[in-house]
Amino acid sequence: MLYREAGQFKTSYGADQAIFPILQDKLGMLVILALAVVVVPLLASTYMLNSILIPFLVFSMAAIGLNLLTGYCGQLSLGTGGFMACGAFFAYKLTTAFPELHIILVFLLSGLGTAMVGILFGIPSLRIKGFYLAVATLAAQFFLVWMFNKFDWWTNYSASGVISAPPREVLPGIFVTGTESEPVTKYYFLLGFVAVLALIAKNLVRSRIGRAWMAIRDMDIAAEIIGIRPLWTKLSAFAISSFYIGIAGALWAFVYTGSVEALAFEINRSFQVLFMIIIGGLGSILGSFLGAAFIVLLPILLNAGMLALDPTISSALVSHIEFMIFGALIVFFLIVEPHGLARLWALAKEKLRLWPFPY
Amino acid sequence: MGALPVRTIGIWMLAVPIAILAIGLAFKGMAAANPQFFFTWPYFIEVLIAGLLQGVMYSLVALGFVLIFKASGIFNFAQGSMVLFAALTIVGFIEMGTHWTIAFFITAGIMVLLAISVERIVLRPLVNQPHIILFMATIGIFFFLDGFAQTIWGSDVKVLDIGIPKTPITVMENANPSDPNDPWQYGILINQYDLIAAAIGAVLVAVLAVFFQYTRTGRALRAVADDHQAALSVGIPLKTIWAIVWSVAGIVALVAGIVWGGKAGVQFSLALIALKALPVLILGGFTSIPGAIVGGLIIGAGEQLAEVFLGPLFGGAIQDWFAYMLALFVLLFRPQGLFGERIIERV
Repeated sequence: MLYREAGQFKTSYGADQAIFPILQDKLGMLVILALAVVVVPLLASTYMLNSILIPFLVFSMAAIGLNLLTGYCGQLSLGTGGFMACGAFFAYKLTTAFPELHIILVFLLSGLGTAMVGILFGIPSLRIKGFYLAVATLAAQFFLVWMFNKFDWWTNYSASGVISAPPREVLPGIFVTGTESEPVTKYYFLLGFVAVLALIAKNLVRSRIGRAWMAIRDMDIAAEIIGIRPLWTKLSAFAISSFYIGIAGALWAFVYTGSVEALAFEINRSFQVLFMIIIGGLGSILGSFLGAAFIVLLPILLNAGMLALDPTISSALVSHIEFMIFGALIVFFLIVEPHGLARLWALAKEKLRLWPFPY
Repeated sequence: MGALPVRTIGIWMLAVPIAILAIGLAFKGMAAANPQFFFTWPYFIEVLIAGLLQGVMYSLVALGFVLIFKASGIFNFAQGSMVLFAALTIVGFIEMGTHWTIAFFITAGIMVLLAISVERIVLRPLVNQPHIILFMATIGIFFFLDGFAQTIWGSDVKVLDIGIPKTPITVMENANPSDPNDPWQYGILINQYDLIAAAIGAVLVAVLAVFFQYTRTGRALRAVADDHQAALSVGIPLKTIWAIVWSVAGIVALVAGIVWGGKAGVQFSLALIALKALPVLILGGFTSIPGAIVGGLIIGAGEQLAEVFLGPLFGGAIQDWFAYMLALFVLLFRPQGLFGERIIERV
């Protein structure tokens, strides 16, 4: 009843190609943004902001990045953790070497640096495909984490190998990193950052470059025959994906945790982000957000649930059972809906168009 | 596993000693140029042998991957957690007072049960899904088994002693050297445990080869590996075959678990051995059993040599990534791995 596009006529190509061609979608998006900007900070406690909303936003960014590469361009990558580490350590070196540089610029530059690294490790994708490529990207994962862990230069010779985000302000007097920053300011900062970059990503995949990625994903030889250059297309996917992932890594280190060591970007981080895009939906920007929300919330809920059932349970056992349920849920999700939460949402929309009068 | 052409074997038999000699000479040159490095031929050979034996153990894990990939096209990431699960289970039974041979058979039975349930619960509903979905499902199984094994058996480091001596033995000793600086006077130390583990691995591979080559089931397995549909149409029960393959992979995981667990203790890190087996796989090719073995040997030897002789250049601990870089380098020249089937693509 509410969700029906009958009567909405497009009179120009521009209107037909809008991001949200249906009025209800546009309104829905505005409502969600308004909720995120106005209502959420009013209701959310510091705990909710710090341990749910902020990691959710950071992970969404990483998931969008990986989704561009894996979901849109079809290049399976297990090196996400390594690229996040790149972003984090690049940003740290930049901001400690040039303290007067604006923090947003620092994040963008570290993203650019990560994009360079991404291109470097993306070169093998021109020769190898599928699982071979996935394993090859593990080389990036292990090498990068080893490098940041091994050479003290990256941590400015700190004895513990931990980098701590120095206080930086986004506007005069408003700190977004460091110990004095308020969770709410961090939240707004992240929200803005992620919203802008998500919009750019959404537009990228609707444009010529996104279509080229999808052509490569669906059948790379056929794409090559119709005139899409594989070299340029694959490497641009690696570059842009790494740009997003690098920024996500920098945000993780600076805004979310505040201090981080290279081992925080171990292979499990890569899997975590990969799960997000699989559960959320491959080849969907919305899916990246849904998947990130799912993976961030699931362990928290499982933990709380088990503690509620039996308060005396040992933390080791909790983590083992968490692993079990996590694995089982992933298998369950894949069986029920291999195309992820985004697909469920699309199905729901189809149903909504006819509801409540299906004939 | 088809027989390798004679020419290929000939090339390898010539190329391998030359390559080893060349690497040795390169290291020797480096040692001559920079006194920071230590190099003698016996030491080089000692490291090489240790690496090769280590490599056989990598091959053991890689073998489980290859079996499943050949038969069902699934890249089974859960192989590592199957190793952990098997090792924890057998240790659990031994701690209960069962003799280790009986514990072995009980655990093998459990692995078969596990294989059947994986086939029924996970694989059957996912038939015809893209490979990446099946791959993700096996990552799900990986997490599940990891948690399951440790929920049941606890996460303490356990000792698995199956009576293999761990003392090193010395060979090629030159006890009365004419030259007091003769580098051969102390001989070459070989870890007895690794030697026996390698022998176990070799026996397992031989048994599998015979099984694949000469039994009815083995022939059916090879048929399925070649072409699912053709195999189905001549009446090979695909589901049974998959259950058998997963069972065999489970038993391979059990042997790998015993061998690795006996060496390093049974604990969570055992599951991460799978990560060591991955470069072996891409180096050798996902579809080739000989590839898994040769790949394992190359990775094992290369990793040890690099760590010992090149490691000091980079500040050590390079074996975390060296194997991957080596495999990546090979892939740039042979995208299907050393022994993999040529990838033919059609539009």
